[in-house]
Amino acid sequence: MNGLPLFPRAASTIAPGVDALFTGLMVMTIVFSGLIFFAIAFFAIRYREGSKANRDNPRSESLPLELTWMLVPLGISFGFYFWGTTLFTRMHVAPPGAVDIYVVGKQWMWKIQHQQGNREINELHVPLGRPVRLIMTSQDVIHSFFIPAFRIKQDVLPGRYTTEWFQATQPGEYHFFCSQFCGTSHASMRGRVVVMEQAAYERWLAGATPGAPMATQGEELFERFGCATCHRANNTGRGPTLAGVANSTVELEGGGTAVADREYLRQSILDPAAKVVRGYKPVMPVFRGQLTPDQVAQLVEYIRSLGGPRVAAKGGAQ
Amino acid sequence: MSENRALVAHQFDTAAQQRGAATLGMWIFLATEVLFFGGMLMAYTVYRVTEGEAFAHASRAQNILLGGINTAVLLTSSLTMALAVHAAQGGRRTRSVMMLASTMALGALFLGVKGVEYAEKFAEHLVPGVDFHWAGPDAGGAQIYFILYFLLTGFHALHLAIGIGVIAVLTARAARGRYSAAYSTPVEVAGLYWHFVDIVWIFLYPLIYLIRVYR
Amino acid sequence: MSPHSITTHDHYLNAGYGPRSWLLTTDHKRIAILYMLSITFFFFVGGFFAFLMRLELLTPNGDLVSAETYNKLFSMHGITMVWFFLIPSIPSVLGNFLVPMMVGARDVAFPRLNLLSWYIYVVGGLFTLGAMIFGGVDTGWTFYTPFSSTYAHSNVIPVVIGIFILGFSSILTALNFIVTIHTMRAPGLTWFRLPLFIWAMYATSIILVLATPVLAITLAMLGVERIFGVGIFDPALGGDPLLFQHLFWFYSHPAVYIMILPAMGVVSELITCFARKKVFGYRFMAYSLLAIASVGFLVWGHHMFVSGQSAYAGMVFSALSFIVAVPSAVKVFNWAATLYKGTIAYHTPVLYGFGFIGLFTIGGLTGLFLATLALDVHVHDTYFVIAHFHYIMVGGAVMGYLGGIHYWWPKMTGRMYPEGWAKFAALVLFVGFNLTFFPQFILGYLGMPRRYHVYPPEFQVLNVLSTAGATILGIGYLIPFIYLIWSLRHGKNAGPNPWRSTGLEWRTPSPPPVHNFDEIPVVTTEPYTYVAEEEQRE
Repeated sequence: MNGLPLFPRAASTIAPGVDALFTGLMVMTIVFSGLIFFAIAFFAIRYREGSKANRDNPRSESLPLELTWMLVPLGISFGFYFWGTTLFTRMHVAPPGAVDIYVVGKQWMWKIQHQQGNREINELHVPLGRPVRLIMTSQDVIHSFFIPAFRIKQDVLPGRYTTEWFQATQPGEYHFFCSQFCGTSHASMRGRVVVMEQAAYERWLAGATPGAPMATQGEELFERFGCATCHRANNTGRGPTLAGVANSTVELEGGGTAVADREYLRQSILDPAAKVVRGYKPVMPVFRGQLTPDQVAQLVEYIRSLGGPRVAAKGGAQ
Repeated sequence: MSENRALVAHQFDTAAQQRGAATLGMWIFLATEVLFFGGMLMAYTVYRVTEGEAFAHASRAQNILLGGINTAVLLTSSLTMALAVHAAQGGRRTRSVMMLASTMALGALFLGVKGVEYAEKFAEHLVPGVDFHWAGPDAGGAQIYFILYFLLTGFHALHLAIGIGVIAVLTARAARGRYSAAYSTPVEVAGLYWHFVDIVWIFLYPLIYLIRVYR
Repeated sequence: MSPHSITTHDHYLNAGYGPRSWLLTTDHKRIAILYMLSITFFFFVGGFFAFLMRLELLTPNGDLVSAETYNKLFSMHGITMVWFFLIPSIPSVLGNFLVPMMVGARDVAFPRLNLLSWYIYVVGGLFTLGAMIFGGVDTGWTFYTPFSSTYAHSNVIPVVIGIFILGFSSILTALNFIVTIHTMRAPGLTWFRLPLFIWAMYATSIILVLATPVLAITLAMLGVERIFGVGIFDPALGGDPLLFQHLFWFYSHPAVYIMILPAMGVVSELITCFARKKVFGYRFMAYSLLAIASVGFLVWGHHMFVSGQSAYAGMVFSALSFIVAVPSAVKVFNWAATLYKGTIAYHTPVLYGFGFIGLFTIGGLTGLFLATLALDVHVHDTYFVIAHFHYIMVGGAVMGYLGGIHYWWPKMTGRMYPEGWAKFAALVLFVGFNLTFFPQFILGYLGMPRRYHVYPPEFQVLNVLSTAGATILGIGYLIPFIYLIWSLRHGKNAGPNPWRSTGLEWRTPSPPPVHNFDEIPVVTTEPYTYVAEEEQRE
């Protein structure tokens, strides 16, 4: 038996806020449960059969009382709702300058890919004191990436990217768990986050089996799978130019626009007919089944490395 | 056997109470059916929004003529059903039997036409999970369209078939003079059910068949 | 006739013997007994699964059962307990027995449909049980896609069919109650003279009727996807897994209100009778049941805050989830206020009532933790959620059920249960329950995910405490099982109204005659007119 922990370590910038909220709710729970328990115990004893308490004029309704105990809980709820929602909005959007790390969940392991090319399995090395954004997708069923010490969790879905971010505040090792049931070895689909001081992290990035950076690997895929054939410079190919497209607003065939974020780029590779750029035909081959999520991520990183967003959206063949 | 007296079950005090209970019961059952089809229609709506192009393309494979004929058939069957209810309430044995039989026949015609439509889909390889081949670029969306098509119209047809079965029983009983002004509740509540099945189709037809008309 | 046979009148239990008289009965009281036997069976089946789970969780490693078996255990525990025990429990047992009697009717509106409901329940139950025995299912009771539709290798389809079948039983029972309450009330029994148990049955029935069909179509679509390999919910085939979750939870959240509203109805009957006092705030109590039922349809997305659902949707669902807590709070306050200036006798039924109020309060307030977006991110899919819903379902619903069973046992059987053993069992259950589930709140916040049969060693102590509690809890459930059966032969003669309750059901002999009332009563007062009774006695 390994001791009796009663409260998890708080190792991210958001954790103290979540703990404060938890404590607030706990205090409210203890106060109100206490109130109820006390009232019931008190009445049950004082007004027990045979006691000499005053039972004259018992009431069975009181509008002021009903309104009070509707509006007070409503007000308290309101307070916690606002507290929780504002904290949630901070948790939801990563601050600028975050380190992006790709995570792929598959039955029953986690594959991590750093932009610099480092790959890990069931381990996630991150720098201390910098925001880290995880860009996650699943190769099969729904998983979920949960880091209790950071108080964050996000379901990891097949067919799209989901993200979560954190900023670690203490060096050390922390559990991460898969927290969406995913089959036989769901409970073994866990690992550790290793938070390192910046210098140590740089050394780790350089030292551990580096491989090429993701963008470089993506460029190699771009050539190998023939993407370059159609996606030429200056819109001279059958597909739009990708230089500068990242995070631009593109006009779509059939009306509407889309922001060429990671999800759009991913979808355009795997399901190209879904959102075709205006002026182009839906002739791009479907790459679903031909590329692993890791490879897709590398292509996305390559395209993002080509710069963007453009100021004016350019669509249409010339 | 003269059936001018209503048969009041032991748990009820009066025939009026029994009739009110049966009618309320059928309305509640229809509410459950609204939610049942509603769940499917919700799925349909979600995909109609997210896969609008695919749905529009896929709907071109529908036979609007057959669908339109079926709509007319079903609407007419609601008319004959309403007339059957009216006849039963008036104790008019022959007329009620004829109207009930007509309703059944029209329902059967609907199912027959549906069968032709389904056969067409099989011939054109548009049956997801069994034999599906879509040449266009939006195969995923088209497949979802056709799966929902079969689910929606299939469950509808199932409800219709059950309705025909119920009306068959009612026709036999009407032929034996079971229904009169004093007691025609089963025909009335069956009428409610039949009209409901009709209304579901009124929703399905424009949603599934007529996309290209308004898009 | 055994020397312990105490009744000299004709009643529903001696109005015919032998299997045919039971299996072809249309008497709502006999149907209630049939349900009671069936759900008790499934309760112990589901409990057995839980026991094996808790045994496995004594150690951090997987040493008792394989991972696959454990996954099947928690799935089957959930499926059995939710659909084959909790949802039918109070409505199909106590509701069937009491709804006609409380409204002064001779039976429900559609007695043959009522029997059909039971048969459908049995068929669905046996189908599902068979599927569990011959292979089991390992998707969780939540069946999330694409795991359940594409990847699971277990008996998903048979189980889904069994649940689909069971849904009809729920719907037909609820339909029967709604029509009975609307059209068969005794003369003078206006809506605001109905006992709160009837209001609770009514609100529950509305939910059953409107929510269950959505489950049916969701499971049907899941089945089609799995059998035909199509992509309604599978992204690899063009579908959306979140659509499944929305459709599933649209039913499954109201389902939890199906499980708790009846218990709230029971508690209102217990508190009023054993405090010998009119309920405080009758109209607010009635309206709050309806409010919970209706707002309960609007909060399902709080199960999906981290699912990939939009943050804005999350904010809306969070707000509504806080709002739905308010009517429940209103009920707790009104129950407490009912005790004020009452005359309280500590019989077993009301002890269960007190237990309900305390444990439901904790369970309900911990629901607010989950409704809070920022906090739910951390505790979602951990043992915190498990603790929360077991406080409500076991600490709440099961205690409500047991309180009701003890309260109406004399009416149903003509016998009293042994009070000493009953109090002892209630205490054992209360202690066992808290020891089982309180540590799980802590485990959840520490980060132990749910559906894990192996875990990091630092979680062991709390797991051991929980298992110890579960053992006590299991023993606690066996005790009433034994003495209630014992009481059928050896219990004291209850008489028509051992609790001196004002309800219409107590104006009949115990057990009641087949037709309930020799003369349909005429109602002239509100319910719970206890003070008037005392004054009359003086």
